[in-house]
Amino acid sequence: MPAQDVRELRIVGFLCNWCSYGGADTAGVSRFTQPTDLRIIRVPCSGRIDPLFIVRSLMNGADGVLVSGCHPRDCHYAEGNFYARRRLEMLKRFLPITGIDARRFEFTWVSASEGQRWQHVVTEFTRRIHELGPAPTFNPASEADWNTLAVKAGQGQTCPCHG
Amino acid sequence: MSQLDDLKNAIKSHLGELECVIGWEQGYDPLHATPLFIRTEADLERLIIGPLAVHNLVTYLTGFKGKKIGVVVKGCDSKSVIQLLNENLIKREEVVIFGLCCDGVVSQRKIRAALPADPGFVESVDIGASDLKVTVAGQAATLKLAGVLADKCLICATPDAIISDVLIGTAHTPAPAASLACQDEFEAKSDAEKLAFWQETMSRCIRCYACRNACPMCVCRDYCIATSRDPLWISQDNSPAENMMFQMVHVSHLAGRCTECGECERACPVDIPLMLLRRYMNKQVKDVFELQAGTALEQTPPLLTFKVEEERINERGW
Repeated sequence: MPAQDVRELRIVGFLCNWCSYGGADTAGVSRFTQPTDLRIIRVPCSGRIDPLFIVRSLMNGADGVLVSGCHPRDCHYAEGNFYARRRLEMLKRFLPITGIDARRFEFTWVSASEGQRWQHVVTEFTRRIHELGPAPTFNPASEADWNTLAVKAGQGQTCPCHG
Repeated sequence: MSQLDDLKNAIKSHLGELECVIGWEQGYDPLHATPLFIRTEADLERLIIGPLAVHNLVTYLTGFKGKKIGVVVKGCDSKSVIQLLNENLIKREEVVIFGLCCDGVVSQRKIRAALPADPGFVESVDIGASDLKVTVAGQAATLKLAGVLADKCLICATPDAIISDVLIGTAHTPAPAASLACQDEFEAKSDAEKLAFWQETMSRCIRCYACRNACPMCVCRDYCIATSRDPLWISQDNSPAENMMFQMVHVSHLAGRCTECGECERACPVDIPLMLLRRYMNKQVKDVFELQAGTALEQTPPLLTFKVEEERINERGW
């Protein structure tokens, strides 16, 4: 593993129970090594994933979120990943307007036999998050920052259209 | 006969079969209107229309379950009716739609900013063809209507009600601006600038939920997930992160459903520019699904369905 990455970042992974979790397991059984930053949460299907899971993770301080499901047409429950595809695409396109870097969220499809692809996905995504660095917090970091924010907010709006 | 007289006559002829008809009347001062629930001909006398009639009355429709209601709608409001019909939240036979051909409504916030003094007590308002004369504290100020029109009117492509049982007024040929300058300016900012902007703006938010309550598409009421699950999605902590989380919840639930009526932003007591988020989400919906909420009947909201092959979603990218 790269010598300079001493600190582990917090990357949350939502994996569907059937294909992706199985794929991660296959990667493990085949002894493919990956960075250990990813914290996996198993869900029954990518269709179970409410986009708000990803949003809540990011707002709670996750540096990156990865979602993985069965390939379209291969969903264990037939249609779940079709809904997931639409919802997660809309979330990915929405993040930029909030100031959250959209590169911190990615969704992909990994099947149960694709151990090597899983290794590649995790390594690649973790590398990308390390490049982006720890996520900026939505809340001010220190007491002094809270006070500065309160003063700025009290002075009035900075919106281009609201004065 | 004026447009108002035509409207009153149309309502009068339907009043017998309806529980009530929702319109507008003069509000607490000459500069404000307020919703009016017409049940008798005496109520009908107080009806007004015009640039001060800013409220989207469609918000009330889902509260009248099972009753037959009449509602007066501008072009933007009629899109909310279509969206509610598309989601089976109201039945077509339970609503009588009095459509208007609208010339635009004012933004009270812009009027406040344009008046020379704080409009403590507005004595009188004269609405002309292209200007607004406001008398405040003895001083008269004449404002150009074009300068105080609501943002949504500047980009409006549907000034005339697109669904109605009765249509009042002369049809327009809409010539809207392509986009709002403030929206483009905001989207061009960097991630760090946007984050700082929302951090500051959301620190003003008091979580009154006026934006949610004003939204015609928000029908979950007491079961809204922002306030009613165990464990809670959003804590009671009034920090910018939690306040922004609520907006994320609201916009996610409006994806493909928001008709940009602007009531959320109008209702906000601390002037948070909520429409910046919603207009952006709608652009994405239009880009991916080629759909705009509330523009056509029989349209399933895009996130309630799927296609096996999606033309505009590239999920094999990496």
